[in-house]
Amino acid sequence: MKKDIILCGVGGQGILSIATVIGEAATEAGLNLKQAEVHGMSQRGGDVQSNLRLSTEPIYSDLIPQGGTDVVISMEPMEALRYLPYLAKTGTIVTSSKPFVNIPNYPDEAALMAELDSMPSVVKLDIESVAKDAGNARGANMVLLGMAAPFIEILTVEQLRRAISVIFARKGEAVVEANLKAFDCGVEASKK
Amino acid sequence: MKQLLLGDEAIALGAINAGLSGVYAYPGTPSTEITEFIQTNKVARERGIHSRWCTNEKTAMEAALGMSYAGKRALVCMKHVGMNVCADAFVNSAITGVNGGLIVLAADDPSMHSSQNEQDSRFYGKFALIPVFEPSNQQEAYDMVASAFELSERMKTPVLLRIVTRLAHSRAAVEVGELGNENSLNPSIDQWVLLPGIARKKYVDLLGKQTDFEKASETSVYNRLEKGGQQRLGIIACGIGYNYVKENVGDNADILKVSQYPLSPKVIKAFAAEHESILVVEDGQPVVEETIAGMVGADYPIKGRLTGDLPRTGELTPDCVAKALGLPAGPAFDNAKNLAGRPPQLCQGCGHRDVYTALNQVLAEYPDYRVFGDIGCYTLGALPPFKALSSCVDMGASITMAKGAADAGLFPSVAIIGDSTFTHSGMTGLLDAVNDKSNITVVISDNLTTGMTGGQDSAGTNKFEAICLGLGVEPEHVRVVVPLPKNMPEITRILKEEIEYNGVSVIIPRRECIQTAARHARERAKETKK
Repeated sequence: MKKDIILCGVGGQGILSIATVIGEAATEAGLNLKQAEVHGMSQRGGDVQSNLRLSTEPIYSDLIPQGGTDVVISMEPMEALRYLPYLAKTGTIVTSSKPFVNIPNYPDEAALMAELDSMPSVVKLDIESVAKDAGNARGANMVLLGMAAPFIEILTVEQLRRAISVIFARKGEAVVEANLKAFDCGVEASKK
Repeated sequence: MKQLLLGDEAIALGAINAGLSGVYAYPGTPSTEITEFIQTNKVARERGIHSRWCTNEKTAMEAALGMSYAGKRALVCMKHVGMNVCADAFVNSAITGVNGGLIVLAADDPSMHSSQNEQDSRFYGKFALIPVFEPSNQQEAYDMVASAFELSERMKTPVLLRIVTRLAHSRAAVEVGELGNENSLNPSIDQWVLLPGIARKKYVDLLGKQTDFEKASETSVYNRLEKGGQQRLGIIACGIGYNYVKENVGDNADILKVSQYPLSPKVIKAFAAEHESILVVEDGQPVVEETIAGMVGADYPIKGRLTGDLPRTGELTPDCVAKALGLPAGPAFDNAKNLAGRPPQLCQGCGHRDVYTALNQVLAEYPDYRVFGDIGCYTLGALPPFKALSSCVDMGASITMAKGAADAGLFPSVAIIGDSTFTHSGMTGLLDAVNDKSNITVVISDNLTTGMTGGQDSAGTNKFEAICLGLGVEPEHVRVVVPLPKNMPEITRILKEEIEYNGVSVIIPRRECIQTAARHARERAKETKK
């Protein structure tokens, strides 16, 4: 079994924390993993993405081929659309519904949402509001991971929860709990 | 034990475990994380492994060569264009030879994710006539460091370790070995004085080593022939090119995996003889494609980047390699319609923003001004909304290009350069300008750090006024301002005064990078908590 995931968003939104949690869970589960990240210039408010490949078999390429991505997990709706050519026809988009507008030519929001909704499998949510309501305004990325969790399949929701506990343990019990709560909110939301 | 490591981190840990005594580097994407890993590694700190940032790649290369002379293992790390900066020392280190193991790591950036060109450092290896290692994955990256140190000491040669962005910044599980000992101090007793008479002899020695280097490639564990049944096409897969081939064809192809150079003509000729044509899959420029043409004969069909079977520019992808192999593309969605580019930009609140606002305001009064830019976050001032730069070429070129343009009669001729870039390669150019009394205005936008690569220490912090005065800039024309919106009247007044001064002026807008300022605030908060 293998799962190819693209994590994307705008530099500074925290996609690498999501990657770290999935990486921890995959390592703990004994899966093979490759995770290509973007460092450097793009991190300054530009588009960023990470190709994350999980498999029970050996993985060669660090990059996912076009039409090969099982799940696009995006912190920003337009950024989710950027990777359409990489999405498998049977793939799912899990995205924040709230645009991050830091460019003058950001597309028309209604048209953008309509295009997203026209995709075969999309889950979208205002993750920032959900995180805020859960009392963890900085936990939007964990809400998003929770939403995506049921689609990652090669890892269980419980394995991802454990990885969150491990990754955030250094920051104390309160931070772990807050992130788990955000994650659970995301899991609940994707069931609706 | 397995650890999840970036390619860069795998190299760093491989070096520590291979008995490294010093890493010498200037930050540059995608090589920066190697040195950063060593700086924060517990063993490296306990052992006192040298890891402080250097002023530029040339000082790094020379210091590493000095450590090698003294008998210890040294690593120099840089991005590909850093090879140009250290080329003098690098090429001559092949002539002197080494004592302690010496690895020169060059991180190439095909597709120019964070660079000005996509030069291929393997050319430098060939040029200097030394062995080159090119890992295909993170595990090889780890393992190769020890192999390269061993080869370096056995054959008394520096070794070039060439990686690309996609390996440097990709994570995978790596089987990590035992910690080895450092070499003890044992200065060289060989002849290292490259006077012509000696250099001629040493050059002949170096040429004599080439057969040994080829033999090392033939027996290298990183090079191998994989047979996939009787195939008419032979694939030469170099470095991470191997991964894209395997992704597409699995075990059903004849693959000559190349991860150690120089190429062996014997091996290449034999591989060609067994096949009707060869496809070369290499990330970067067509180094191998060109080289093997001279080995297999002019009529032998070779496919690759030169023939258009693979794109001439940009990094390899599984998709372009599939196409070169004649495999059909799978079903995929088209590009989205509601999509706009999202280029990187200066952070909100960044001092460089205030500098550009002031510059644009002052220069609007002059019809023929030009601003020569340099390399760093502030290069983003070339993009909207500022559109403030006319050039960005290489580290330090802002000052020297402004000088040359002023020599030609351009006015106002303004240079803008960051603090770290100034000490890297701007100081010598400023001395030229002072000696010529060139009519230029130099802005050293000092944010107290090397910002673009993530906030590393900057070599000249707290020394810029002294450096400029020492180089001979007149004291009344070294001006310091604080780039904040509230100071705009003062900044624009000073800029105007110095542009009007017929000679060299230096204006230093100084305010800490907001990214490092936030990081330092967090660190202070943590300290007070303790």
